[in-house]
Amino acid sequence: MKLTGAEIICKALEYEGVEVVFGYPGGAVLPLYDKLYDSPIRHILVRHEQGAAHAADGYARATGRPGVCIATSGPGATNLVTGIANAYMDSVPIIAFTGQVNLSAIGRDSFQEADITGITLPIVKHSYLVKDVNQLAATIRAAFHIATTGRPGPVLIDLPKDITIAQAEFEYPPQVTFRGYRVPGRCDSAQVYQAARAIGEARKPVIYAGGGVISSNAAEELREFAEKTRIPVTNTLLGKGSFPETHPLSLGMVGMHGTAYANYAVSYSDLIIAIGARFDDRVTGRLDTFAPNARVIHIDIDPAEIGKNVRVHIPLVGDVKPILKELIQRVEVPDTGEWLKQIEQWKAEYPLRYTNEEGVLKPQYVIEQIWEITRDKNAVITTEVGQNQMWAAQYYKALRPRTFISSGGLGTMGFGLPAAVGAQIGRPDAVVFDIAGDGSIQMTVQELATAVQYNLPINIAILNNRFLGMVRQWQELFNNKRYSQTEFPDLPDFVKLAEAYGAVGMRVTRSEEVRPALERAIATPKPVIIDFVIAREENVFPMVPAGESLTKMVGC
Amino acid sequence: MRHTLAVLVENQPGVLTRVAGLFSRRGYNIESLAVGETHEPTISRMTIVVDGDDLVIEQVVKQLNKLIDVIDVQDVTQAEYVDRELVLIKVNAEPSIRGEIMQIVDIFRARIVDIGYHTLIIECTGDEGKIRAIEKSLKPFGILELVRTGKIAMVRGQKYEED
Ligand SMILES: Cc1ncc(C[n+]2csc(CCOP(=O)(O)OP(=O)(O)O)c2C)c(N)n1
Repeated sequence: MKLTGAEIICKALEYEGVEVVFGYPGGAVLPLYDKLYDSPIRHILVRHEQGAAHAADGYARATGRPGVCIATSGPGATNLVTGIANAYMDSVPIIAFTGQVNLSAIGRDSFQEADITGITLPIVKHSYLVKDVNQLAATIRAAFHIATTGRPGPVLIDLPKDITIAQAEFEYPPQVTFRGYRVPGRCDSAQVYQAARAIGEARKPVIYAGGGVISSNAAEELREFAEKTRIPVTNTLLGKGSFPETHPLSLGMVGMHGTAYANYAVSYSDLIIAIGARFDDRVTGRLDTFAPNARVIHIDIDPAEIGKNVRVHIPLVGDVKPILKELIQRVEVPDTGEWLKQIEQWKAEYPLRYTNEEGVLKPQYVIEQIWEITRDKNAVITTEVGQNQMWAAQYYKALRPRTFISSGGLGTMGFGLPAAVGAQIGRPDAVVFDIAGDGSIQMTVQELATAVQYNLPINIAILNNRFLGMVRQWQELFNNKRYSQTEFPDLPDFVKLAEAYGAVGMRVTRSEEVRPALERAIATPKPVIIDFVIAREENVFPMVPAGESLTKMVGC
Repeated sequence: MRHTLAVLVENQPGVLTRVAGLFSRRGYNIESLAVGETHEPTISRMTIVVDGDDLVIEQVVKQLNKLIDVIDVQDVTQAEYVDRELVLIKVNAEPSIRGEIMQIVDIFRARIVDIGYHTLIIECTGDEGKIRAIEKSLKPFGILELVRTGKIAMVRGQKYEED
């Protein structure tokens, strides 16, 4: 039987097991929306296409399944760009469908025409402009395969309107073959053997775990590996949840705002075992002084990550999970007794700390309370970007994978709320918190309407300092407190704003109100904003100034 | 050091943009790029000359390999290979000096492919050294236009003695 392009898309999504898509309609995708109207696939109507991309991203991270978003041509497509770039930087599998003008109209600056495949070229894993309806089904199959295998990432499919109207015989290919795309197979056993020996010989080894552990679903293996070898584990921002941060072997996060003991451990280690992590500059600090005495084992599915930023002695290219399994079998257990003692000393001497003062509300305290109240629950935390994100990373101890979702590589303010929408849609039973700043939340606050429409009981905790706090912190430390364009003299009343959207708003100004407010928020079956009025000029410490060595921390 | 890469890609629109975009985005320097269809019409072959130290070249090759449309990448720099480039040079050539120019053309086994009132167009094929040499030799006459194809390269076949 012949189907239209739009029908083929709906059917293909069903074949891919897609239950929900996030999108926003427009002229070029009218035929698609007409077919979605009858489709069993659930469509979540966002309020801005950036929200659709971030929601698909949050959905993917929270569930481990690919996220799908849809936008119309021109401005709809360009509104997706930040969300696509975000997914690209954090290796999140999303598939973006964009409308396009008719094939014959392409290239003539037609109404709402934008060269979206061109615009997104450097921020997608791959993209397609469909020019033949007979290729559509295979293209969608290919897009899902590419997005979800190897190092995951966003794939864009641009759909000229006439392609979605034209008809073709529908046959969904069970698989597609590529001449130029191969997912790395099993890692060479000789390499694993070498790594196992190097680990046995190490005296000051440290595991540095990134988002790849989570996308490979290898948290259990990581735990077994660390416990068997008694090697301490530090994680990146995206690696939060790859290893329980309350575990005695956990060092918490490493890097610019990492714990002092994680930064010391990495800096003085003799062996770094990097797992699904990419030696980002926010992690390494100054490269030429990074971990001067360490050999490096690097486990990653993307061969291009090996040696990109630091010299790697033993590369293990492949999927993290089977490699860890093999390594667990083969590894020689090192003698880390002295080293762990040293680390205990650092932990005792340089703990994460802040002071609670009478009459002022500290953001760290708020995060600690959110952690206390959700630690035993099925909870998902998303964050915005800035101080709120770093306090969340420091004080919210992630225990399980896919429970801490943050924009790492791109650092996108406005990510947290739409990501929370996606996470809550994907995990309806979870308690979802977006830890936000007063600046970030204003970037995508319109998605509160989405949350209200779909009855999503998301909790938005705004750490309100009436500053673009992180930028202000840099200005305080490096620009003589010249607060250029970082203060908000007038903010909306977030309580009223919540109410205007049909959500619930609360304001908290004192420590003792924190706990009851959180309890009330969690018990409320609607979206809630809690406006936490915090100490305005609180800073995130420790901090490694940009471009400095990891050991040159201030404020610890 | 300069490296010569032989890159097989899907013969599809947009592939050149992806490859060129990769080089500019990651800050790699393309010295030349030549592209054309192969004997298998769905595959094109690019010869890319790129400058960089070993680490950079390793990244270039890995990043190219990550492009879905890239089928194969070979760094032929260390291999025994044949390389050629074609150049067309339009030179000032008043009748009185044409003899001298033709001698140069002969020496380089180049060809004259167009004769104008005041100009000649010379076609020359060869490796980089030869192309540079003929350009230098013709410079004194006044080069009006010059176009090069960029280098193409192919690894030599195995020799009988090596069997
Ligand atoms: C889209 C975007 N624009 C600008 C920035 C630069 N930036 C990084 S942190 C920050 C301040 C964030 O302020 P706020 O959301 O109030 O959070 P706080 O740091 O105060 O917790 C800014 C402007 C960014 N990361 N993203």
